[in-house]
Amino acid sequence: VITKFCSERIAKYAFEYAHLNNRKTVTAVHKANIMKLADGLFLESCREIAKSYPEIKYNEIIVDNCCMQLVSKPEQFDVMVTPNLYGNLVANTAAGIAGGTGVMPGGNVGVEYAIFEQGASAGNVGKPKLVEKKKANPVALLLSSAMMLRHLELPEFADRLESAVKRVIKEGKYRTKDLGGTSTTQEVTDAVISAL
Amino acid sequence: MSQTTTQILKRLISTTQSHLRSCTRSVTYMPRPGYNAVKPNTPYTNNGVPRPVTLIPGDGIGPLVTNAVEQVFEAMHAPVTFEKFDVHGNMHRVPDDVMDSIKKTKVCLKGGLVTPVGGGVSSLNLFLRKELDLFVSLVNCFNMDGLPTRHEDVDIVVIRENTEGEYSGLEHEVVPGVVESLKVITKFCSERIAKYAFEYAHLNNRKTVTAVHKANIMKLADGLFLESCREIAKTYPEIKYNEIIVDNCCMQLVSKPEQFDVMVTPNLYGNLVANTAAGIAGGTGVMPGGNVGVEYAIFEQGASAGNVGKPKLVEKKKANPVALLLSSAMMLRHLELPEFADRLESAVKRVIKEGKYRTKDLGGSSTTQEVTDAVISAL
Repeated sequence: VITKFCSERIAKYAFEYAHLNNRKTVTAVHKANIMKLADGLFLESCREIAKSYPEIKYNEIIVDNCCMQLVSKPEQFDVMVTPNLYGNLVANTAAGIAGGTGVMPGGNVGVEYAIFEQGASAGNVGKPKLVEKKKANPVALLLSSAMMLRHLELPEFADRLESAVKRVIKEGKYRTKDLGGTSTTQEVTDAVISAL
Repeated sequence: MSQTTTQILKRLISTTQSHLRSCTRSVTYMPRPGYNAVKPNTPYTNNGVPRPVTLIPGDGIGPLVTNAVEQVFEAMHAPVTFEKFDVHGNMHRVPDDVMDSIKKTKVCLKGGLVTPVGGGVSSLNLFLRKELDLFVSLVNCFNMDGLPTRHEDVDIVVIRENTEGEYSGLEHEVVPGVVESLKVITKFCSERIAKYAFEYAHLNNRKTVTAVHKANIMKLADGLFLESCREIAKTYPEIKYNEIIVDNCCMQLVSKPEQFDVMVTPNLYGNLVANTAAGIAGGTGVMPGGNVGVEYAIFEQGASAGNVGKPKLVEKKKANPVALLLSSAMMLRHLELPEFADRLESAVKRVIKEGKYRTKDLGGSSTTQEVTDAVISAL
C-alpha cells in the first residue's frame, strides 16, 4: 500500500534533511516502470516536494540500476529517498559498501518521537558466540547516540563523541572482528572513553 | 541417414557428458525444464540444417549488440539463421507475427526493450515473459580474467522467479491518494522455480543453493516460497541448501560475494540481487542471462533488460556486446551446439583477458565494432 500522505511526508523529510545538512542531491529510488501506480504515486509526491526546494538537485533512478551503480560508483549518491522495501535493501547494500553494518548509524524518526538504533539490519542481533565472547561492535550504536544527542540539541557532546569514535577507528588499534581486528566490546569502549 | 543421426547423437552425448565432468568453466549449461535425455527427433537436432532463431534487436543499443552477434555467428559458420523482427518498447503489445515466430522457433535472442516510466504502456519484457510462461530468469555473474574488480572468485548464478511476486502488475487505486499493490506468491510457481534451481545446480556440479527471502516480515508470502524450497531441497541431498534474509544478503554480497553459489529468489529480490551481483562481478555489460520456460527460451543480456543505454552511447556505437555474445553462447548450448558455444566463449574470454579492445564501461575506449572484430579474429 502506497499512500500520497506517507509519500509526501517522507519526501518532505528527505528534502528538509538535505536542506539543513547542506546536501546537494536527493535521489528517489523506485520501480515505477513495472509498478506504475504504486511507485508512480511515490514519484509524483517526490516531484511535487522537489519543486519547493529549487536549490537542491533532484533526480530519480530505477532500483535495479541503482543497485548496480551502488556497487560500481557509490560516490555519485548523496541523499536517497525510497519506499519501504527498496530502502531496506539499498540501506543494507550501502552499509556493506561503506564499511559494514557494524559501523553505520541510523535512527527511526516520527512526528513526535524518535528511536535511534544501529543503521542497518536492526533484526540481526548477531550469533550467540558473538554475545558470549563480547566482541560485538559498539561503533554503530555510539554514532547513533551521537545523532540522538544532536536531536536532543546537545551538539557539543555529540561532536566530542563523534571525534572520539573517529579517532579510535583511525588509529586502528582497537577494532572488533567485523572490522578486521580482535578487540572486545569493552576494549573499544575504553579506547573511546580515553579519546574523549 | 539413420547412421548419420546416430553418429551426431553419440557426439552430442559424449560432449555433453564431458562438459558435465569438466565443470570448472563459468558460463555453463542451462537445463531445459522437463528435459531429461537426448531425444532423437526433437526440433533441436536438425542434422546440420540451419536452425532458425528469432532475433529482436530492440531499442537503443539493442540493434548494435545484436548486430555484433550476427557478425560473430556468420564468422563461425554457426548453423543458425535469424528471423529478425522490429519490436520497440513503446508498442502496446508484441506483434502477433513475432509471437508466432517465437512459438515456431522456440528460441529467441533479443536486445533490450525500453519500458516507459509511469502510467500507460506496460513493459514488453514482462509481456513476453508472461505470454510464453518464461518462469526462470537466470543471470550468471562471474569474474573474468583480465577484468579486475574489488572482489575475486565471484561466480554467482541468480535464478529468479519471473512471472509472479511483486511484478504481477496487479495495482489499483483504492481511493484517490492510496494505491494498493498486490504481491502474489503461489506454491506452483515457487515449486517449479526451486526445482529448476536445484536441477541446474545438480547438472552443473554446483555445491550450494541459497534461498533469498524476507519471511520475517512477509511471513505468509515468503514463508510459502521457503517451504517449497525446503521440500525440493530434500530430494537433492547432495546439494547444500541454506536460506538468507534479503537485507543480510545484500550486505554479504558487497562484502563477501565468494560465499554465494546458486541463489534462488522471488521476483523482486531477484531483480535487485541480480543487478547487485552483476555490478560486483564486472557490470551489466558483460553478464549473460536468459529467460527460460517449459517450451520457450529467450536469451538477452543478464541484468537490466530495460536499460538500453543513453542516446550518446548509441550514436558513438560504443555499447558493450560481451553480454549478448555470452548469452548467445548460452543459447548455442541450449540448441545443443556445444562446440560453437565453446569457441565463442573462449574467443570472448581471450579478448577480455588481452584487454586491448574494451568498451567504455570496462575502462577502455573501443567501439562495438572493434570488440566484435577482435572476437571474430580470436575464434
